[in-house]
Amino acid sequence: MIRFDEVSKTYSRKARPALDGISLEILKGEFVFLVGASGSGKSTLIRMVLREETPSSGEVHVLGQRLKALPSRRVPFFRRNLGVVFQDFRLLHNKTVYENVAFTLQVIGKSRGFISEAVPDVLKIVGLAGKASRLPHELSGGEQQRVAIARAVVNRPPILLADEPTGNLDPSTSAGIMALLARINEGGTTVVMATHEASIVDEMQKRVVELDAGVIMRDEAHGSYRRHLAELDEALEPEEEIA
Amino acid sequence: MRLQLISQEVWNGLRRNLSVVVSVVLVTFISLSFVGAAILLQLQINQMKGFWYDRAQVGIYFCGPVDATETCTQTAATEEQVQAVRDVLEGGAIAPYVAHVEFEDRALAYEHFMEQFGGTASAEFASPETMNEALWVRPTNPTDADLIREATAAMPGVLEVRDQRALLEPIFQVLNTASLAAIGVAVLMLVAAVLLISTTIRLSAFSRKRELGIMRLVGASNRFIQTPFIIEGVVAALVGAVLAAGSVIAVVHFFLQGYVAPMLQTIAIVTIEDALIVAPVLIGIGVLFAGVAAAVAIRRYLKI
Repeated sequence: MIRFDEVSKTYSRKARPALDGISLEILKGEFVFLVGASGSGKSTLIRMVLREETPSSGEVHVLGQRLKALPSRRVPFFRRNLGVVFQDFRLLHNKTVYENVAFTLQVIGKSRGFISEAVPDVLKIVGLAGKASRLPHELSGGEQQRVAIARAVVNRPPILLADEPTGNLDPSTSAGIMALLARINEGGTTVVMATHEASIVDEMQKRVVELDAGVIMRDEAHGSYRRHLAELDEALEPEEEIA
Repeated sequence: MRLQLISQEVWNGLRRNLSVVVSVVLVTFISLSFVGAAILLQLQINQMKGFWYDRAQVGIYFCGPVDATETCTQTAATEEQVQAVRDVLEGGAIAPYVAHVEFEDRALAYEHFMEQFGGTASAEFASPETMNEALWVRPTNPTDADLIREATAAMPGVLEVRDQRALLEPIFQVLNTASLAAIGVAVLMLVAAVLLISTTIRLSAFSRKRELGIMRLVGASNRFIQTPFIIEGVVAALVGAVLAAGSVIAVVHFFLQGYVAPMLQTIAIVTIEDALIVAPVLIGIGVLFAGVAAAVAIRRYLKI
């Protein structure tokens, strides 16, 4: 699905590379957390999958495409295979929930019939069936993020990228969003999510890729947010039993 | 669906930047009016040249009894001298360039003179005796006048060879200069219009930055993203161009044909048919310039 081969990214102004020789393979149907401090390279990695950026060296393959070889005018068509969700939702404020989701399909030229079927379906999946005619500012943060997720998956993309999707939400709302992402993942969509939130990562017990200063520090199949915390937990367990 | 979406985007864009769109319309209108005026002036010049050059003749004046020049010796040209010039014109090497030759004797010259100047002060002193005999030559082609002059000017008994075309040159010079000035103003105004259109489109794109970002994110093709902006620029310019075309037609119909032409009956004025040729040219220029300006302006927002 997604493969990084020795990918480095250097911005001319900065001496330190944003990504430094990253190799990573993400398979179909996986749910992967990207964790790490701000500036560790999580967002750069996601932007490379989207081909908003190209590596200074190395190769990125997404959905069997070598992104370096993809001509600019083909990029829009490539992006139709990716759903993206951001921390700040990025909704159109003057359009209703329904219109926000339908807009995606309109601009890629889907038929009216397809739109009128797909949009209500996806709104039902994200739990907004009754709020199709609301404007974004009439919704809570969690609901706005659900609209953004609906927009990202309405075209049934094989890959969903989420850059800190719960960053602006309280813990209980975040849990709802995570449940939704997990359900989308169960439907076969590969989910790559960058996050800061330890509790979410620990709860989900999915694959964790930790980045630090552009280098992969850790890649665990059923990881938690911090290695040392997990070790600490293990170390603490006997004591807790004693207590 | 997409057509409806695009037209909706165009409409929203035009409405959102109404004041700038109005200024685009006005600047396009004025600049294209100047372009139209320049084209009409050129057409007018061509028409007048065609009209007058066909009628312009070369006058070969013969010496009168009072003329003293290199070729005249204060004696009137003799019939033999006149005949010699005639022979050159009708039988010499320049015969192919001469279409028609007509002799004007003193009585006829006096008659023509009185037709033109009768009632004025100079007519009181005129008499058939003060007139010069002349041969009026119509060249096959107006530009052959110089050949006729060269062949006859130095012949004995010839006072002067005058090409009527030379009298018209200043008029054409003035019209030509006016036409060039109109083109100059038109070019400046067109530059302003193009810059204004690209600014308008940038402004419009900036106010829709969020939409554009989302469009790019979900994979809208570049063509889909830029089309509404190009149409927006073209529509604004088209309104200006249509106004300009309308005003050019109106000026020709009401002012030139309705007011000037009846006063100047001897001069052929550009007709409504000429204006109808100019109108689509103006609209074409407006649409082309606006389309290119908008396409270039929006390119920055399409970078992936």
